[in-house]
Amino acid sequence: MTETLLAALYIFVIAMFLGFAVITKVPPLLHTPLMSGSNAISGITIIGALIVAGRQEGALQTILGLIAIILAMINVVGGYLVTDRMLQMFKRKPGEK
Amino acid sequence: MALREVLIALAYMVASACFVIGLMWLQSPKRARLGNLVSSAGMLLAIIATLFVSGIKEYTVILIGALIGSTLGAVMAYTVKMTAMPQMVGLFNGFGGGASALVAAAEFFKYAANPSTLTLDVSISIMLAMIVGTVTFSGSMIAAGKLQGVVNERPITYPFQNIINLIFFLTIVAAAVFLVANFGHPWVFLYLTVAALVFGVLFTIPIGGADMPVVICFLNALSGIAAAMAGFVIKNNALIIAGSLVGASGIILTQIMCWAMNRPITNVLFGAFGAVVTASSSATATTKTVKPIQPDEAAILLAYAQLVIIVPGYGMAVSQAQHAVRQLADELAKRGVTVKYAIHPVAGRMPGHMNVLLAEANVPYEQLYDMDQINDEFQNADVALIVGANDVVNPAARYDKSSPIYGMPILNADHAKQIIVLKRSMNPGFAGIENELFYNEKTRMLFGDAKESLTKLIAEVKNL
Repeated sequence: MTETLLAALYIFVIAMFLGFAVITKVPPLLHTPLMSGSNAISGITIIGALIVAGRQEGALQTILGLIAIILAMINVVGGYLVTDRMLQMFKRKPGEK
Repeated sequence: MALREVLIALAYMVASACFVIGLMWLQSPKRARLGNLVSSAGMLLAIIATLFVSGIKEYTVILIGALIGSTLGAVMAYTVKMTAMPQMVGLFNGFGGGASALVAAAEFFKYAANPSTLTLDVSISIMLAMIVGTVTFSGSMIAAGKLQGVVNERPITYPFQNIINLIFFLTIVAAAVFLVANFGHPWVFLYLTVAALVFGVLFTIPIGGADMPVVICFLNALSGIAAAMAGFVIKNNALIIAGSLVGASGIILTQIMCWAMNRPITNVLFGAFGAVVTASSSATATTKTVKPIQPDEAAILLAYAQLVIIVPGYGMAVSQAQHAVRQLADELAKRGVTVKYAIHPVAGRMPGHMNVLLAEANVPYEQLYDMDQINDEFQNADVALIVGANDVVNPAARYDKSSPIYGMPILNADHAKQIIVLKRSMNPGFAGIENELFYNEKTRMLFGDAKESLTKLIAEVKNL
């Protein structure tokens, strides 16, 4: 237990710092797409939902897993699509594609 | 480790790298869209890899869930109005948190049936993921409801609110500690779940309109942390990395919003700001007068200016006036007027809210300036046109120590040679504070709905 836990904690802390370093550089102009885009990333919990729902451990797990999949999928698909919709609007000159 | 597991682990690693690239490329609008695509490709890879995890057999349920979720998500993403983006992001925060909590709950019941395989770190992680995820879920629903106007936007307060909330929170912690020490006990777990749901509500209802950007950012951070905690539960590094990235993003944005209001996070979350209108400031106001202006005169001021700086605020979003703003700017540009936009970090109901609305209206992003970039330019501006902004241009923030917004960095709109304020009425802004700027002798008020006033202005400028 201890080794895997320590490795996981390492990853957690380093990823936090990486996040701080990367996100500080995002200009205020793009803060809304940043929120919706990072929101989509937090839908990564879909992995957990898939595992829980897919393992056939019992009716309760399957139901909880199914709801989790639905919620996480809304988050993932909706988050990425709406971010894309916003980002395509940011143009240098009017009418520019 | 079998080859299959190695490949799955590598796929998760690539996915995590894609998420980082997606966030890195958000540094410039040119590559941001491609970055988002890379990030989503990483997510797809992670999902496909997960389908090959050993022990996964129930593909029908997965397919059904994925179809329902994707359809709902896509419909929401394509139908949402840009002005409704804050509540949309709020809802998505909630769904992410809710999903993490459900994963934790499923794992709880799995281990409750077979506690021999349980380790301490997993049980602690289950409790943390459950609490954070559930609070994120119910808190986000309330926040989204407030932004949508379904729930009262004003802070809802009652006596000893913070103390009651604290005691309530401590019972949740106590239940969690009890469950870690004595795993099982579904009724205690049920209490923990319900209590966390209620706590999310209690925690969000005292926070009001103008403070919503902070709450949305904070819930964004929590949804990431919940995912990371779920990662500790199912021992998955992709969840831990992605969750931490989102957590970091939310924390930074929360911090930026608090700085932009010069208020500590504790004050925003526990201060019930805007609940009471201060009597002192409204009393002094009656003695002052404002100078109204008609659209024709305002049009002349604008059309013969060299530099016009437009200051948009939440009022622009409410009256959906972003397209009218752009049309007016186009008319002015035709006459050789330079038009710039000054965006305060907390203008609107979420970070970057104004930028998205103006981008939707086809305003080139090079004309959108942050507070730091543009504040020195106001003194050269012939007209500062305030469209639905209020507290972010209130000069009282600079010197009036009794003002609730004292110390908040503001846009120097009062340094412009003339100020035209588009405003529905003389009602004070969200914080209930009188705005000194309206009584400035350089200021003229154009009363009416922002969109209607702008339409009149456009017509008048065309006639000149």
